[in-house]
Amino acid sequence: MTNVWVYIDQFKGAVLPTSWEVVGAARNLASQMSAGVTALIFGQGVEGLAQQAFGYGVDVVKLCDDATLADFRVEPYATLLVKLAAEERPDIILGPTSPRARDVFATSAIDLETGVIVDATGLALQDGLVRVTRPVYAGKLLSIVTCKERRPQMITIRARAFPAPEPDAARRGEVIQVSPVMTEDAIGVKVVDYLVETNRVSLDSAKIIVSGGRGVGSPEGFEPVRQLAQALGAAVGASRAAVDAGWIPYAHQVGQTGKVVSPDLYVASGISGAIQHLVGMRTAKVIVAINKDAEAPIFRNVHYGIVGDLFKILPALTAEVKKRKGN
Amino acid sequence: MNIVVCVKQTPDTAATVDVKEGHVTWGDSPMITNPWDEYAVEEALRLREKHGGKATVLFMGPENAREALKNCLAMGCDEATLVSDPALKGSDARATSLALSKAVAKIGSVDMVLLGRQAVDGDTGLVPAQLGRYLKWTTLTYVAKIVELDPTAKSIKVERMLDEGKQICTAQLPAVISVVKGINEPRYPSFMGIRRAGKTPIAVWSAADLGLVASKIGRAGSAVTWPEIRAIPPRAVKVEMIVGDTPEEIVVKLVDKLMAEQVI
Repeated sequence: MTNVWVYIDQFKGAVLPTSWEVVGAARNLASQMSAGVTALIFGQGVEGLAQQAFGYGVDVVKLCDDATLADFRVEPYATLLVKLAAEERPDIILGPTSPRARDVFATSAIDLETGVIVDATGLALQDGLVRVTRPVYAGKLLSIVTCKERRPQMITIRARAFPAPEPDAARRGEVIQVSPVMTEDAIGVKVVDYLVETNRVSLDSAKIIVSGGRGVGSPEGFEPVRQLAQALGAAVGASRAAVDAGWIPYAHQVGQTGKVVSPDLYVASGISGAIQHLVGMRTAKVIVAINKDAEAPIFRNVHYGIVGDLFKILPALTAEVKKRKGN
Repeated sequence: MNIVVCVKQTPDTAATVDVKEGHVTWGDSPMITNPWDEYAVEEALRLREKHGGKATVLFMGPENAREALKNCLAMGCDEATLVSDPALKGSDARATSLALSKAVAKIGSVDMVLLGRQAVDGDTGLVPAQLGRYLKWTTLTYVAKIVELDPTAKSIKVERMLDEGKQICTAQLPAVISVVKGINEPRYPSFMGIRRAGKTPIAVWSAADLGLVASKIGRAGSAVTWPEIRAIPPRAVKVEMIVGDTPEEIVVKLVDKLMAEQVI
């Protein structure tokens, strides 16, 4: 039995935390198949990530540390994955549902002549075939999807759908160094620059998200939202109305044409609750809404509702949170 | 510039989607252009306005599925092509990408293919990269801005939106580009555009027209199948309204609850 493979997504040498959740899902499948877990780590300056991977339950790391892989570009990454997969023929390759992993899997699947199943929220193994549960139609329906005959079954896992394993620093594994396939000259895309937003908590991996909507009223109106987010160690989200009005960048948008998130806690302030927003956050464990309008549709889709002025409620909430945290 | 925009027709997300006897239905709700694709259409029109040339909208779907194409023609696309064949039904992303790649090749001399980043029904987001691989072109996904474009030198510089920030990269044309919201503001079809769209013939191509082999398309050619689809049981959300005389009173109650639920 081949190991279950995991594509580890990293950015500038830091692993995307959801990759460890994928390792957890892989471990689960592997144990049912009496197999181990192999991780693919590609990049530059990523040698240290192998030990981290062992700690989370990986048994073998196929590592490629090379200048051509410093910045993610789909051509060299996919070509390398294809070469390795064609050699060892794993049955299952899992990855996070990140833009990079999605592109790598999509591209590799063409060369490998196999299928990719995206955004799994559930996995069930039946005689070597993975039955994948995934939401479709903006999360209104659940689909069971399989890659019946082609191999490898390439599956990306939705963020926060599976728990990350408890890391064990003492755990060891095997590192296999691999060489890149493409030379720099052969790679068409060149990365020229990065404009990185600092101090931003990624919406996908955030445990808590505080969002603002039309009720926020202005760019300055987001300040109480940001203050509460800071007090909670949360990410800041927004509805489409706030983004379209230019009060906050699109990267913060939650909803049908934004991000789909699944935090433990979602605080929606000044958000009316249009279906296009709801589809982006309704799987959150606990949803709180604050809105001046008692008739706002959002109040039908939350666990806790407060009819009130967010400019009064949010600061009070921030103060109370700080008090309880002992600040 | 010769630009092709691949669009999809999807149900409106506001529609009540349900499963009846294993098939997805959305009642009388109209089909719309996949919201992400409208940004792609708008970008194609802007590029054509700037550099000249032609914008063709391409859609793979049932014979009677013309709404999205008409909408794109009304926005200003010059031509529309529908790839339609019963043999294509049940195509997964890969089989769809293969068919689209043949259609792009048949259109001929294409400099760029634009698409929205994903479709709101299937939500896989695989087609842009897979189409690019079949065409053997560069694929640039999650593009938030086309910074520079030189059609003569066939060079392009884009801003891609990553979770970590913006990546600026360069590549050569021809290229497949998937766009994100924020790249532009899609225009509304004008009255003249709608009239024109009503009169513009839509070319219809079958699988045979594209030289597609039956074993590589539709259910037969798909690696991924979806044997089961079901409605999500409505989440039993019991709403608790928290009230109080002052904000301070209200938030104390809320924080008590949130701590009891262990979410903070």
